Amino acid sequence: MDRRRFLGQAAAIVVLPFGPPFGPASATPQAMAEAIKKVVGDSAVTEGRVRLDMPPLIENGNTVPLVVSIESPMTVADHVKAIHVFNEKNPQPNVFSVRLSARNGKATVGTRIKLGDSQKIVAIAETSDGKFWSASADVIVTLAACLEEST
Amino acid sequence: MANVLVNAPKTAKRGAIVEIKALILHPMETGFRPGTNGQIIPRNIVERFTATWNDAEIFSMDMSPAISANPFVSFFAVAAESGTIRLRWTGDQGFAVEEQVAIAVE
Repeated sequence: MDRRRFLGQAAAIVVLPFGPPFGPASATPQAMAEAIKKVVGDSAVTEGRVRLDMPPLIENGNTVPLVVSIESPMTVADHVKAIHVFNEKNPQPNVFSVRLSARNGKATVGTRIKLGDSQKIVAIAETSDGKFWSASADVIVTLAACLEEST
Repeated sequence: MANVLVNAPKTAKRGAIVEIKALILHPMETGFRPGTNGQIIPRNIVERFTATWNDAEIFSMDMSPAISANPFVSFFAVAAESGTIRLRWTGDQGFAVEEQVAIAVE
């Protein structure tokens, strides 16, 4: 083996482990758009009526408080049927979906989520008349949801 | 399992909107993280949370790995009649926990 071949092979050995990307594949804005399309179909999504409350600057992506509320009378005739929340850069685009009815009285849901990166969060609400409303929030995450097991 | 914390009013006026908060102890392992041995830790999450009021479903939530460990959920309900609010969590690896609270409506 001459020196050139040896160097080439040595480089290949060193480079190979870094070739295929490690770790989880991450969702992309396109993946989010597809996930949204799966929920809304061909209906138009109008911005408004939905309020997405999240801190704009997040120190710890492991627990991010999030509250989604929708202006709605929540009567049998006019209520919010479902709320869906999506993200751009976690490994998967879906965060959660909830089903509501007139029994809820108030279209507000709160929970805590994980965020892997600074990104845009989108909340979409489906009202009983079949219309879709949305709100989005851009958040900055300084410490992402941890990728390794804590020891 | 006493690993559940539910916060709901014990009494309410008829027609009032009450807030129900529920917290459960659960690791919500995403299935994307390598453990200390380098192997991916298998996914273990709560997939579904439902709430019924006297056996009528009032709320349901489909969760994903993006929900934080020890999932917390808060939602509202109209106090229509006295009875029990039953909360149920189900998920990976046969996880199923049920908790109920009584509410008196006057």
